[in-house]
Amino acid sequence: MPEGPDAPPRDDSTPPDTPPAAPPGNDVVLEARDLTKHFRVRRTLRTFADRDRPVVHAVDDVSLRLRRGTVTAVVGESGSGKSTIARLLAQLYPATSGELRLLGEPVRAPKGRAFRAYCRQVQLIFQDPFGSLNPTHTVRYHLTRALRIHGRAGRTSADLEQALAELLSRVHLTPPERYLNSFPHELSGGQRQRVAIARAMAADPKVLLADEPVSMLDVSIRLGILNLLRDLKERLNLAILYITHDIASARYFADETLVMYAGRMVEGGDSETVTQRPAHPYTQLLIGSAPDPDRISATGNGDGTGGGSGAAEGADASEGQETAGEPPSLISPPPGCRFHPRCPMAMERCRTDVPPRFDLPEGQWAACWLYDGTERSAPAPQEATA
Amino acid sequence: MTASVTNPAVLDINGLCVDYGLGDSAVRAVRDVSLTLHRGEVLGLAGESGSGKSTLAYGVTRLLSPPGVVTGGEVRYHPRDGGSTDILSLSPDQLRAFRWQEISLVFQGAMNSLNPVHTVLSQLTDVLKAHRPGMSRAERIARAEELLALVGISADRLSSYPHQLSGGMRQRVMIAMALALDPEIVILDEPTTALDVVMQRQILRQLARLREELDFAVVFITHDISLLIEFSDRIAIMYGGRIVEQARSKEIYETAHHPYSDGLLHSFPALHGPRRELSGIPGSPPDLTAMPAGCAFHPRCPKAFEPCDQRVPVLQPVEPGSGRTVACWLHADH
Repeated sequence: MPEGPDAPPRDDSTPPDTPPAAPPGNDVVLEARDLTKHFRVRRTLRTFADRDRPVVHAVDDVSLRLRRGTVTAVVGESGSGKSTIARLLAQLYPATSGELRLLGEPVRAPKGRAFRAYCRQVQLIFQDPFGSLNPTHTVRYHLTRALRIHGRAGRTSADLEQALAELLSRVHLTPPERYLNSFPHELSGGQRQRVAIARAMAADPKVLLADEPVSMLDVSIRLGILNLLRDLKERLNLAILYITHDIASARYFADETLVMYAGRMVEGGDSETVTQRPAHPYTQLLIGSAPDPDRISATGNGDGTGGGSGAAEGADASEGQETAGEPPSLISPPPGCRFHPRCPMAMERCRTDVPPRFDLPEGQWAACWLYDGTERSAPAPQEATA
Repeated sequence: MTASVTNPAVLDINGLCVDYGLGDSAVRAVRDVSLTLHRGEVLGLAGESGSGKSTLAYGVTRLLSPPGVVTGGEVRYHPRDGGSTDILSLSPDQLRAFRWQEISLVFQGAMNSLNPVHTVLSQLTDVLKAHRPGMSRAERIARAEELLALVGISADRLSSYPHQLSGGMRQRVMIAMALALDPEIVILDEPTTALDVVMQRQILRQLARLREELDFAVVFITHDISLLIEFSDRIAIMYGGRIVEQARSKEIYETAHHPYSDGLLHSFPALHGPRRELSGIPGSPPDLTAMPAGCAFHPRCPKAFEPCDQRVPVLQPVEPGSGRTVACWLHADH
């Protein structure tokens, strides 16, 4: 634990003594409690004498729950630790501390049989469909291998053919014969990502972790992939973790959105609430910075074909101050709230104490001292219009 | 800003074609592109990967590396004092003097285009040394400091190496470098794609301010059309190597005429307003080695009808006299 005196913030809705077998609603598939991951930094001459090796605080005290049939988005900028979360949940990295629960049972499966059993339930899709498929093998090979490893290939070759055809049609690659014998280089980016999704589905998982599944794809085909994932979620009752830097796509695709900053969760709740009434100053900054063509009309820059500088200057006055600065170094993160050096509303307390989660109406929460003591009669979080 | 669209032209591209490779195996990446850039305007160039937008920029500046070849068309540059220069016929020496002095570029993935083994100072003064041989070392350093101040970096960063700067700062150094000789045209090739939205907005705001102060024209290449609508005066949309629609950004946002522009606009989920079901565009971008006959977009187009798969639509004004052009049979009176 990086900070001794401050107890890790507890999610108020999960007292630690809740019996694991009966989580609320009973539909939580995968749950992370106070998950922390620190990476060691290579020793240099200067730090050689130090007894404590410096660590990168990639993820600190992250708690989240993935529910059956829902999409949970994790939004954050690069370096905020969102991909580390996906890899921790997939057990590709051992966690420094914290606990992972699959269907209420604590799991720790770093390798071997236990890891494979875990994989069967929790599958990961990567960002880059160009790198995640082997260029020397056909689609058939990729999918057959996944089916065999997870014991779903059936007994006869007819069973296998049927399973392959079913997988491909599930990701809308029809007719399946056309794609089975193609190599990755013969497919477009969108088709490759569909093959990667089909490979994940071959294990018949309960949880799908999608790490920026569309950010490498062409703009016009991104929505096709998101709609496919949504369709899979609905038909197979999957729990999906959607990791993205694009908060607008989180609003479109996810039921629930969590916002990360510098390794910590800062806000969470229903996607619509988080994007329309962001509570945390960082979420407000993020939403204010996202490109938004509607802003041209919103700022009254009516006939300004050059929405450009007009809109930019209009926003300057209100948010010029807060956009200053950059995300902190995660080797020596600032004490207290990690956003305080950039926060326009930082108070004395923010510099020293880590803010816990404060509950707001409608299931929204924010880790920000602004909401201290206002748990029930929370001030209306600011509207997102910059 | 509105006036900039009617300003005199600073760059005229006429029927430009760019091929990769020679002979039968050549792949045509830019097909018969004509485009005018006016003094002091921000022209957005949008399109998916492989649509030829970067190739167009490199063709114009003659920075194409083999096997890229400009196979046709002309590019005329009009300096402030009248006259015009054909960029494609400049000799290597003339080109060397012309480039960066009149047109400069901020490259794609600018974060990695700085030389890691040289300091910011030596990279910023390198261009001055080459183009302004009369400048003394002290003058060059003073100019480098001035340039960094322009993009909001303090002068003590001059002796830093690129790895000591954050991504956003490296990007600003690249912009400072592009402005070193007060060029008339700055081409930005995906300048902020690798950055976070917060940093992206900061940098674009700074660029907009610099453009007002220094009055240069900008060609802004990106795949993110929602960004262009906010930051540019005019937008040209490319598909399969051709420009399919060209209009003021507000016009495109309100009524996109070409089905591809319309599809592109509806591929970005909105952050505000009602949640709509979006579909993107079915199918995938065309393969440049096997382009469909007729309009390149027709296999994906929801409104394709009989002439689309046979004849290529030409880019023509939507209404006579309007600055708005579109290449689509739906809007052609033939």
